Amino acid sequence: MPAEEGYRHDLLVVGGGGAGLRAAIAAAEESNRLSIAVISKVYPMRSHTVSAEGGTAAVMRENDSLDTHAKDTIFGSDFLADQDVVEAFVKEAPGEVIQLEHWGCPWSRDPDGRVSVRPFGGMTVNRTLYAADKTGFHMLHALFQTSLKYDKIVRYDEWFATSLLVEDGKVCGVAALNLHDGQVRPIAAKAVIICTGGAGRIYPFTTNAAIKTGDGMALAYRAGVALKDMEFVQYHPTGLPGTGILMTEASRGEGGYLKNKDGYRYLQDYGLGPPTDKPVHRKMELGPRDILSRCHIQEHLKGRTFEGPYGDYVHLDLRHLGEKVIDKKLPFVRELARNYVGIDPVYEPIPVRPVVHYMMGGISTDISGKTSLDGLYAAGETACVSINGANRLGSNSLTELLVFGARAGRAAARYALERPALRSNPIAQLVSDERKRLDQRFLRADGRERIADIREEMQNAMEKGVGIYRNQAEMKETCETLRKLRERFAHIGLADRDAVFNTELIAALELECLLDVAEAVAHSALAREESRGSHTRTDFPKRDDARFLKHSLAYRTPGGSRIEYLPVTITRWPPEERKY
Amino acid sequence: MSEETITLEVTRYRPGHDREPRAQTFSVPYRKDWVVLDALNHIKDRTDGTLSYRWSCRMGVCGSCGMMVNGVPKLTCAAFLRDYHPGPIRVEPLANFPVVRDLVISLDDFMEKLRRVKPWIIREVEKPVAEGEYLQTPAQLDLYKQFSMCINCMLCYAACPVYGLDPVFIGPAAIALGYRYNLDSRDEGYRIRQPILTEAVGVWDCTFVGECSVVCPKGVDPAAAIQRSKVAGAKEWFMSMLLPWGGR
Repeated sequence: MPAEEGYRHDLLVVGGGGAGLRAAIAAAEESNRLSIAVISKVYPMRSHTVSAEGGTAAVMRENDSLDTHAKDTIFGSDFLADQDVVEAFVKEAPGEVIQLEHWGCPWSRDPDGRVSVRPFGGMTVNRTLYAADKTGFHMLHALFQTSLKYDKIVRYDEWFATSLLVEDGKVCGVAALNLHDGQVRPIAAKAVIICTGGAGRIYPFTTNAAIKTGDGMALAYRAGVALKDMEFVQYHPTGLPGTGILMTEASRGEGGYLKNKDGYRYLQDYGLGPPTDKPVHRKMELGPRDILSRCHIQEHLKGRTFEGPYGDYVHLDLRHLGEKVIDKKLPFVRELARNYVGIDPVYEPIPVRPVVHYMMGGISTDISGKTSLDGLYAAGETACVSINGANRLGSNSLTELLVFGARAGRAAARYALERPALRSNPIAQLVSDERKRLDQRFLRADGRERIADIREEMQNAMEKGVGIYRNQAEMKETCETLRKLRERFAHIGLADRDAVFNTELIAALELECLLDVAEAVAHSALAREESRGSHTRTDFPKRDDARFLKHSLAYRTPGGSRIEYLPVTITRWPPEERKY
Repeated sequence: MSEETITLEVTRYRPGHDREPRAQTFSVPYRKDWVVLDALNHIKDRTDGTLSYRWSCRMGVCGSCGMMVNGVPKLTCAAFLRDYHPGPIRVEPLANFPVVRDLVISLDDFMEKLRRVKPWIIREVEKPVAEGEYLQTPAQLDLYKQFSMCINCMLCYAACPVYGLDPVFIGPAAIALGYRYNLDSRDEGYRIRQPILTEAVGVWDCTFVGECSVVCPKGVDPAAAIQRSKVAGAKEWFMSMLLPWGGR
């Protein structure tokens, strides 16, 4: 069809980060009869995969085994991971990281030329591949540059998908806003894979980039697909105060210490000891992120943290590693600490505090990335295929986007090959409706509510109610605040009525997504009356397998999320107490 | 209000409305730990929602927020207000690019050029994944590593006098990335890629003033890549492969 009527493909990937590009390439390799498109609100190499630092986990050495990787992952998840999915994940991980090696990723190397592996939190052996401390950057650019060799992968750069088009219970594409001309057009496709990453921006203090607004999660949620395990939000223990810029866990993998204001390695007081000079797997600073973040709060309550203009903090001390190791293994950490807090880690400890980092939850999918809606797939952080459960282990997420990006790409490709051609008329009608909605809601609206105000109030409510420690009263208050913010959002006012590169309109669309995702997080958290992994309730401090060894499913309703549950798949690792 | 402020002179341009770009003055709180990007976000959130610019990671790795700051190409997430105190600070779109709106430039040209240098591993025969990784020693990695650090932020194009005069020039970042693959021990695409680079460099009069390398926020040194591509015959390349220290 002509451009003004829209575009047509067999398979459309929404999001051009690691998962999206891996999915697109997998689909291109699955069949050369397919027309494949990638739509992204930013140029693919700007995607947030670029900020991942520490590494990507896969069993690469003789001293390791698939079962050990699986066990570590399941244990780290506090037994909420689906074990059949974890088994597939660890099995396909080595092939995926080698594939990326063949595509030019500059993995750091041992003297004999093999890819190097480093220790990481919660892992029993060294299995985290890395490219210094810019692993995500190198993976993303290797994937993007490799994707350029496939002529049949068409890109829509700087297009924002505003809704999923669904006809007859099947996905048939998206309505999308081209930032460059402001027009909303259909991009029709027989299969759609959502790979839009996380939603850290529902919180005020996050490592996540500005673009991490949960767009894809909201698209699926609005289309009636469940968001799974949304209450599980990972706080990374070491972010820079103020900006939230990540100081990679690899800092501790390479031997960095966490110290309180007395210079004491406080993790030994929380069952993670004994302290040793050299890092020991799963102990002390190599404990998992949820536990380390809670330890920080406990130290704060004991009055043993520093106080700064951006809140309490502790020290990440790398000095004993020496300049050579820091420059070789952690050059980005040094660059970031110097630039953003004026501290050179070679000579001074770095101030750090827990910071929102990762959504364990996301669009509920099966083991091949398929959702409950025909033709809709999801992969990467935006999805919840359930390898991370209640707490993700560091360096599993980059591997996840490769393994499940590829799986979703192949599954969606096979689905698209079998489907008959799409009909144009219903698509045109759906998009016309969407144009009207956007027009009325944003471009013609003259409400007085300001985007930044609603966003800020939402973020503060999330931190207060569904932060590291949670309780019923505060969560209820957060749910109520979110409900009111949603009402106020209906009265949003935009100053910008221009068609070309209207970033205020994009910010409004993003805020609408953030509010949806925030609601799913808060309601799922309120309903889970236990403590598991990252979800820690002061009113229900114990894990409760009898009631809650199951996944939450949040469905969108006008009054908030409706929560249902789904059993966890257990194969070979029966739940036991999670103790490091 | 006793809070100290600093003035930003920001270029505004709306196609279809403005005949040409104009400067608009904004006053923002002066905070020592704020970067220029923080000031722009403050303007957008609190003063004028119509201001358009790109940003994302705010940690110097996504490459979105390049602009001219007082006439010099900078990542605005890494340009601290304190370094421009007491101001005013001039913020303009990156030079040498068509402006889409306000501080947003068009990347179309670069995206096309990037593809042209074939920035991917080219093999005569691809090794099956089941056979494992290609071995690559740390010395072989070091040969190209620097050139793989490019974040595509476009600062080098904004600084490049040659690109400024003739945008047909393929430009510093694309050449550096093409060169990066030529230097990669896993790659066999030299014969395909080098003619593209040689032609791209050869017919254009890069003066090697090295402005591109000066403004690069990631130490990529595209000027070195251009220079070496220009003189690079097959001989230099083979020598550097045999003697990893030979090319340095």
